[in-house]
Amino acid sequence: MKKVAKNAGLEKTGKKVKFSVYMKRYWQLYLMLALPIIYLLIFKYAPMRYILIAFKDYKLNTKLLDMPWASTAGQVDIFKYFKKAMNVDFYNALRNNVVLNLLDLFFGFPAPIIFALILNELPFKFFKKTVQTIAYMPHFLSWVIIYGLSLQLFAPTGGLVNQLIMLTGHEAVPFLNESKHWIVTYVGMGIWQSFGWGSIIYLAAIAGINPELYEAASVDGAGRFSKMWHVTLPGIKSTIVVLLIMNLGGIIGGSFDRVFAMQNNLVLDVAETIATFVYKNGVKQLRFSLSTAVGLFQSVVGLFFLLGANTLSRKLGERGIW
Amino acid sequence: MRVKSFKTVLGDWLFVIFCVIVGLMCILPMINLAAKSLSASEYLVRHEVYLLPKGINVNAYSTVLGDAKYIKSFFWTVFLTVVCTFVSLTMTSLCAYPLIYDKLKGKNVINILITITMFFNAGLIPNYLLMQSLGLLNTPLVLIIPSCLSIYNMIIMRSFFYGIPDSLRESAEIDGASHFKIFLSVYLPLSKPVFATLALFYAVGRWNGYTDALMYITDREMYPLQLLLYNILNNINSVEVQTQEGFSTPGLTESLKDAVVMFSTIPILLVYPWLQKYFIAGTTLGAVKE
Repeated sequence: MKKVAKNAGLEKTGKKVKFSVYMKRYWQLYLMLALPIIYLLIFKYAPMRYILIAFKDYKLNTKLLDMPWASTAGQVDIFKYFKKAMNVDFYNALRNNVVLNLLDLFFGFPAPIIFALILNELPFKFFKKTVQTIAYMPHFLSWVIIYGLSLQLFAPTGGLVNQLIMLTGHEAVPFLNESKHWIVTYVGMGIWQSFGWGSIIYLAAIAGINPELYEAASVDGAGRFSKMWHVTLPGIKSTIVVLLIMNLGGIIGGSFDRVFAMQNNLVLDVAETIATFVYKNGVKQLRFSLSTAVGLFQSVVGLFFLLGANTLSRKLGERGIW
Repeated sequence: MRVKSFKTVLGDWLFVIFCVIVGLMCILPMINLAAKSLSASEYLVRHEVYLLPKGINVNAYSTVLGDAKYIKSFFWTVFLTVVCTFVSLTMTSLCAYPLIYDKLKGKNVINILITITMFFNAGLIPNYLLMQSLGLLNTPLVLIIPSCLSIYNMIIMRSFFYGIPDSLRESAEIDGASHFKIFLSVYLPLSKPVFATLALFYAVGRWNGYTDALMYITDREMYPLQLLLYNILNNINSVEVQTQEGFSTPGLTESLKDAVVMFSTIPILLVYPWLQKYFIAGTTLGAVKE
């Protein structure tokens, strides 16, 4: 009994225990943490030093610190590459980035909520499970494969959808190679890929609603839709709010995989986003300083959006992401 | 039980019909693709294939299966996926387990260190330059190590560990078990669901990922399947694909592209339904704050 108390004491009053005793007990935990921490330091923190090259003139085979500060006509001008980056191409990429994300949010965000509400109303368990399994499928496909599928569906001549459109005597729709249509395809394939997966979290929230609320609503004579509106939706409101805010926080970011796989040269005026812009200027054309400047701009603005979203979420009495 | 009113039954069936349509929309593109991959080229050229293959033709598959380049890329990706999943699960659990000790000294510092990486990323070019300075460009390691710890997945695992009663750990400590031992013989056996979920997440991520290979790998020998597929899909000119991607058989037809897409998709489609129970739980765990 005494031994138990002593051990429990060690756990609870860590401060009073001598450091050597403490380490003797817990060194293994620090040993376990060593690898992940080294990983973070090398692969997440060490690259941050290369942010400096946004302010320097990049030179091949030169140490980072030996590279000269960015200069124009002999004058040191550390924001040279930021000024240089602020051209039409960059503004286009920024605009596309924000527009595509906003469209995703506007059309893609409600989709899983509606789907979850409908799944919740399904009368047959087995059927519900089958529908769920099928709806999760697109989430497991890579964007390259989804691009391949969209070629099969929407190609001007051989695509399934255009075959059907042409059968009805209409002209083929340029889903992939005309800017406005491409946006629709991009957003549509995004919804297709994520609505099922996104519904998981709402279904869990719905499962957490107190069933008595539904019984009480029934007693009051509420029908199916009025229960959905007055019980289910308020029950998952906080989940919706948190996810909405976090999505807004990510408005300046965006996945490289998706847009790079889906874009083609004919629609670059609407399809080039910051991520692909940085890739093409940096890795492809080796304009390291310029593309680092653009990337830094995106990271910093993105950081403010995320922090703002988190603060807003907490102000509203919801949980943040940390 | 109350008898359902006509209105309720009608409503039920409307929802069922809606879900059938949604389900078909998810699955029909895959069926169309499968049909095209199995069709004879004369029907493909005339665009007459919809949901059923016409003039059954497995040449596309035998071409793919007979092509050393493709098979090599397939097994290379399988190998990468297995290794990545194993390494990532190890790293994730090494990070998650110590952090469930409330009184761990320095825990706050570590948490801050971790949280910052969730909000701020150095960016594409700095990461590229890092890989360059570490000499990782064009090595297999660059496809394994840089992505071996996802903080989101670590949080999911930690939440799961938090759900295991402290009393189990404490009684093992009293029995004199070391922390390694407690982790391996108490936590690990109880955490199969979360390991299954995260194994799926990591494996799918590696199987489907092509960005890192696109950035860091120029040697075609090391291309994972998805990047090979990307190049095949984007080279409309079949001669170009043959010369660049090494398909030795002449006449790279549409159905061959479709067969390649099918091949790289099927492994995941075979696996994920069996893990559904787990990943639903895992996804939900991530949303629950510790």
